[in-house]
Amino acid sequence: MIVFVLKRLAIAIPTLLVLIVLSFILMKVAPGSPFTGEKNLPRDVLNNIYARYGLDKPEWQQLVEYVWNIVAHFDFGPSFKYKDRSVNDIIRQGFPVTLTYGFWAFILASGVGISMGVIAAVKQNSWADYLAVGVTIGAQVVPNFVLAPILVLIFTLWLHWLPGGGWNDGKWNYVIMPVIALSATYMANIARITRSSMLEVLHSNFIRTARAKGLPGWQVVVKHALKPALLPVVSYLGPVFVGMITGSVVVDLYFSTGGIGQWFVNSALNRDYSTILGVTILLGALTIAGNLVVDVLYAWIDPKIRY
Amino acid sequence: MLADVRVETNTAAAAPSAEPQVGPAAPIKGRSLWQDAGARFIRNRAALVSVIVLALIVVFTFVGPLVAAWSIEKIDWSIIGMVAQKGQPSLATGHYFGADEVGRDLYSRVIQGTQISLAVGILGSAVAVIVGTLYGAVAGYFGGRLDSAMMRFVDIIYSIPFLFILILMLIMFGRSFVVLFMGIGLISWLGMSRVVRGQTLTLKNREFVEAAIATGVKPLAVVFRHIVPNLLGIVVVYATLLIPEIILLESFISFLGLGIQEPNTSLGALISEGAQTMQYGELWQIGFPLGFFVVILFAFFFAGDGLRDALDPKDR
Amino acid sequence: MKLRAILGAGAVAFTLMGTSALTTAAFAASVPDGTKLAADQTFNYRVLDNINSLDPDIVEDVDTSYVVGNLFEGLYNEDAKGNPVPGAAESYEANKDNTEFTFHLRKGAVWSNGDPVKASDFVYSWRRAVDPKTASNYSYFPGLVGVKNADDIVAGKMPIDQLGVTAKDDNTLVVTLNKSVPYFVRATAHATLFPIPQAVVEKFGNDWTKPENIVGNGAYVLAENKPGERVTLKRNPKYWDNAKTVLETLNFLTINDENQGVTRYLSGEVDQTDVPAGQYPSMKQQYPNEAHSVPQLCTYYFDINMTDKQPVEALKDVRVREAISMAIDRDVIVNNVLQGGQIPAYFFTPPATADFKAPDVDMAKMTQADRDAKAKQLLTDAGYGPDKPVEFTYIYNTSEAHKKIATVVSQMLKEKLGINMQLQDMEFATLLDKRHQRDFSVARDAWCGDYNEASTFEGLMDSTSSQNNSGYSNADVDKWLKESATSEDPNQQYLQIETQVAKDLPIIPIYFYTKVFLQKTTVGGWPYDNVEQVWYGKDLYKTEG
Repeated sequence: MIVFVLKRLAIAIPTLLVLIVLSFILMKVAPGSPFTGEKNLPRDVLNNIYARYGLDKPEWQQLVEYVWNIVAHFDFGPSFKYKDRSVNDIIRQGFPVTLTYGFWAFILASGVGISMGVIAAVKQNSWADYLAVGVTIGAQVVPNFVLAPILVLIFTLWLHWLPGGGWNDGKWNYVIMPVIALSATYMANIARITRSSMLEVLHSNFIRTARAKGLPGWQVVVKHALKPALLPVVSYLGPVFVGMITGSVVVDLYFSTGGIGQWFVNSALNRDYSTILGVTILLGALTIAGNLVVDVLYAWIDPKIRY
Repeated sequence: MLADVRVETNTAAAAPSAEPQVGPAAPIKGRSLWQDAGARFIRNRAALVSVIVLALIVVFTFVGPLVAAWSIEKIDWSIIGMVAQKGQPSLATGHYFGADEVGRDLYSRVIQGTQISLAVGILGSAVAVIVGTLYGAVAGYFGGRLDSAMMRFVDIIYSIPFLFILILMLIMFGRSFVVLFMGIGLISWLGMSRVVRGQTLTLKNREFVEAAIATGVKPLAVVFRHIVPNLLGIVVVYATLLIPEIILLESFISFLGLGIQEPNTSLGALISEGAQTMQYGELWQIGFPLGFFVVILFAFFFAGDGLRDALDPKDR
Repeated sequence: MKLRAILGAGAVAFTLMGTSALTTAAFAASVPDGTKLAADQTFNYRVLDNINSLDPDIVEDVDTSYVVGNLFEGLYNEDAKGNPVPGAAESYEANKDNTEFTFHLRKGAVWSNGDPVKASDFVYSWRRAVDPKTASNYSYFPGLVGVKNADDIVAGKMPIDQLGVTAKDDNTLVVTLNKSVPYFVRATAHATLFPIPQAVVEKFGNDWTKPENIVGNGAYVLAENKPGERVTLKRNPKYWDNAKTVLETLNFLTINDENQGVTRYLSGEVDQTDVPAGQYPSMKQQYPNEAHSVPQLCTYYFDINMTDKQPVEALKDVRVREAISMAIDRDVIVNNVLQGGQIPAYFFTPPATADFKAPDVDMAKMTQADRDAKAKQLLTDAGYGPDKPVEFTYIYNTSEAHKKIATVVSQMLKEKLGINMQLQDMEFATLLDKRHQRDFSVARDAWCGDYNEASTFEGLMDSTSSQNNSGYSNADVDKWLKESATSEDPNQQYLQIETQVAKDLPIIPIYFYTKVFLQKTTVGGWPYDNVEQVWYGKDLYKTEG
C-alpha cells in the first residue's frame, strides 16, 4: 500500500509539469494580454510594464524561471491583474473559504445521497423509492446556476432568513446556501449509484445467507451490505470532488464568497498569467490528491484489491 | 420466457416420434442478446416512455418551425421594452412561448436551443465513445506494458482540470459549434476508456476470443471484430448516460458566456438568460427552456437506466 | 440635539473625543437641519468586480477609484456638482497663461498614522506614477494633463526628478505644465495625482497597501480587504475634516451579477446598486424615490476600422457609413432597450461636459423616417443594394446589455437596408486585443472622460492618440486639437472637430451614458448632479429609515 501511494505521488510530479507547460502554452497563444485595458496604453508604458513583469524575456526562460520559483521558493509570483497582490496571497485568502464550503458540501452530498440511495434500494419500488429517485434526479437536472438565484430569492428576499451573499469569515448562516447550491447536483448521482449498487448487493448470495440466518433487516443492510455496496460510490467520489471544484465557480460568483473558484474562470478571462498557472497547479494537485484518497479508500473497503 | 416455451414445444413436438430425425430440422429461431434486452427494455415503463418522449421532442424540433410565427432573430418592435407586460405567451401575438428580453420569439429560440443542445450532447458523446472505446479496448486487450502505459497516461490527463483547458481553448479557437462538442467530447472520453478497459479484461478470457486467436485472426482484428461488438452493451449504456452530463456541461459553459455564438442559442444559454429575469416576473423565459431541459435530461436518465437494466438482468 | 449645518470650506480642526455615531451633535457633512440620523451609519455599495490595487499611482478603474478616493485625498476634491473644492490644499494660484500652478497645502493635515502631509509626499507620488519601474497603467495621465516632461519620463528618456512638480517647502507645491491647462485643478481630484506617504511606501514596498500597513490622508482607513467578497473602510479620526464626517463604515460589496445585486438591494443588504438594462421603467414605477438616472460622462459608440486593415470594401465609403448611422434608430435603443434615460448621441462628446457647447448636427434634427429614407438613398448612391448587399462583422464583449443593442441594431440594418451585420461576441480581453491590433471591421467601444472637460474626448480623434481605436487620421483635426490647447475659447476648435467627425464618421456614436441605479432613500448627500459621479463617504449620511 505504501509503495502504491509513493508510486502515485511520484507520477504526480510529471503530471503537474505537463499541466504547467500545457497551460502556459495555451494562455500565451490566446489573444490579448493582462495589460490590455479599455484605455489603450501608449507603447512606452506597455514596454515598462512588460519589463517589470519579466514578459520581455524569451518564453522558455519565463517558463523555466516560473517553475524554479515555485519549486525553490514556493512563490507563485505576482498577480498581473491585481497589482498589489501576489498569487500566494490570492490562494491563501481564497482557499480556506472554498475548502470550508467544499468540505461541507461533500459531506452533505455523500451523507444525504448515500442515505437516500440505501433507503430507495431497501424499499425498492415503493413510493419511497420513486420519491427518492425523482427528487434526486430533479435536483440533478436543475443546473446550479439556476438553483443559486432561486435559493437567494426564497431565503433572502422572501423569507429573510439568510444573507444573500458574502462570507463574513464563515459564519454558519453565510455557509448554508453555498453548500446547498454546490451539493445538490451530486446528491442525486450519489443516491442513484448507491441505489443501484445496493440493489445488486442485496440480491447476492451472502446477503441471502445473512437473512436466512435470521439477522434483523437493518443490521443486514448496515453491517453487511453497505460496505461492498459503497465500492462504486467511492470510485465516483473522485469525479465528485473534481466537479465540486469547478462548481465552486458558480457559488463564488453568486454568493461573493471570495473563494478561489472565481479565479478559475476570471484569471483566464483576464489573461492573468501567473494566477492562471497558480490556480491550475493548485487544482491539478487537488485532483491528484483526491483521486489518490479515493483509490486508497477503495482498497480499504474491498479486501480483494491489493496494490 | 415466451421464447423458451417456443423452443420446448419444438422439441416436445419432436419427442413423440421416438426416432430422432436425422436431417435438416426446422431451423430454430435464435434469440440474440439484443432481442432479449429489447423485450426487457419495453417492459420497463419509465424507459419506454422516455424514449417515446425523446422521439417526440426530436420530431417537434423539425415540425415545430413550420408553425412558428417568428424567426429566431426577428425582433418584435411592438413589445420590445415592455416585455414584462406584453411579452407573455399568447397565441394572438404568435409568441407561443412568450418573448425574450429583446423581443425575440421564445418558441423558435427554444426549438433551436433544443436542437443545438441535443446535437452537442449526442455528437460530444459520440466523440467520447469512439475515442474512449478504441483506447480502452486496445489497452485492455493487449495488456501488460502497453496497458500500464496507456492507463498511466489516462491518469495523468485525468488530473488536468479540463474545464479550464476547455475555457482556454474556446478563447483561442473561437466559439464555434465544432470546438464546443469536440472539446467536451475530449474531456469525457477518459471515463469511458476506463470502463471499456475493465470490460475488455473480462471479455478477453472468453472462449470465443480464444477460438478467434486459435484460428489465426490477427490481434487488432480480434479487437475490432470480436471485442468491440461485445462491448456495445456497456458502451451504449454509458453513452446514453453521458449525453445529459454533456448537455449540463454545455449549459455551464453558456452560463460563463463562452457558449454558442449569437444569434444561435442553446438551452443552456436560454436558461441562463431566463434565470436573470425571474425576479421581474417574466417566468416564461426560464420556464419553457428549463422545462424542455429537465424533460430531456430525465428522459435520457431513465432511458439509460432502462438500457442498463435491460442488458444486465441481475439488476432487478 | 439640533444639528448645525456647516457649509463651505471653513476648516474646522477640532477633533471630538470619543465620538460615536449616536451623538449627532456637531456632525454635519451638509446634513440639513432637523434630519434624524440613523443609529447605524454604514453605507453598503455594490461594486461589479474585485477591487484592483489600492495604490493611487496604479488605480485604473472606476470602482477602485471610489475606494481610493475615500482612503486618500488629492489637492482638490469635487463638490456635489463636480466643481473643484479645496481638499488637501487650501488654495492655489495660477500664472497668467495657466502653465504654472502653486498649491498651498492645508496646515495641520496629517496622515492616518499621525505624520504630517507634506508637499514632498505629492512630489514622491507623482514621480512614482510616471516612473517606468512602477509600470502603472495610468502613468500617461500626468502627461495627458500637461505636467512637464511626464511623457519623456514615461518613455525612459529622462530621470524622474525632471518631472514638472517641486516642493517649494513643506506646505507649498509648484506644478509646471508644458501647455496651457486652465482646468488643471479639476485633474488633481484624479487618483493618479493623490499623495502617498513616502516613509510608509519605502518601508513596506509592494506590501504597503495591505490593511495592516496602509496609511492614507483620506476620511477613512482600510479595515478589511477580502477579494471577491468585500472591502471595508472605517472612519479616520485623524482626518482634518473628521468632525463633519457622519458615516462610520463604508462597505464595498463585490456582487458580480447585477440581478443578484438588485435582489440583495431589495432585501436590505445593499444601499446602492445598478439597475440592469431595461428594468428602469418598472423599477421607477415600483420604487419611484429609489430609482435614479443621472447623466454620466461617457459615450457608447461603434468603431469603424479606418485603416487599410478594414476587410470590408463597402465600409471605406463614407456614404455607406452614413447610411448605417442614419438607419440606426437610437430612440428605440434608448427608449425600448436601455430605458434608463440615456441620451441618443449624434456626436462624440457628452453634452453634460463642463463648459462644452454641443454642436448642431443635421442628422439629429431629422425624423427617423426621414433618416431611413436618406439612408436608403445613400446606400443606392454608393452602389449597394439587394443584389450587392453589404456584409460585415460586429465584435463586442459578452454582456447582456451589449448583446441586446447589437441584436437590435443588426435587425434594424437588415430590415431597412438589407445589410447583413454578423454578430460576434467575445470576452473583454479578446475584444481589447482585436481593437488594439485593428483586427476588426466594426467594434463596440466606449469612452469615459478622465476629467470633466471636453478635451478628454476630443483628444481621441487625434491620429496619434493611443485611444484612437478606429485609426482615424485627419490632418485638420490634428491641427485643431493642437490649437485648442492654447486657444482662448477651445469650444471653437471643438466645434470644428465634432463637425468634421460627424462628416467623416470614423465612429458611429450611439448614446450618452446615464448612471442608472437604485439607492435607498435613507442615503443622504448623494451628488446626483456630478456628471463624473465621483462621491466621497465624508459627504454622505444615513437617515432613519
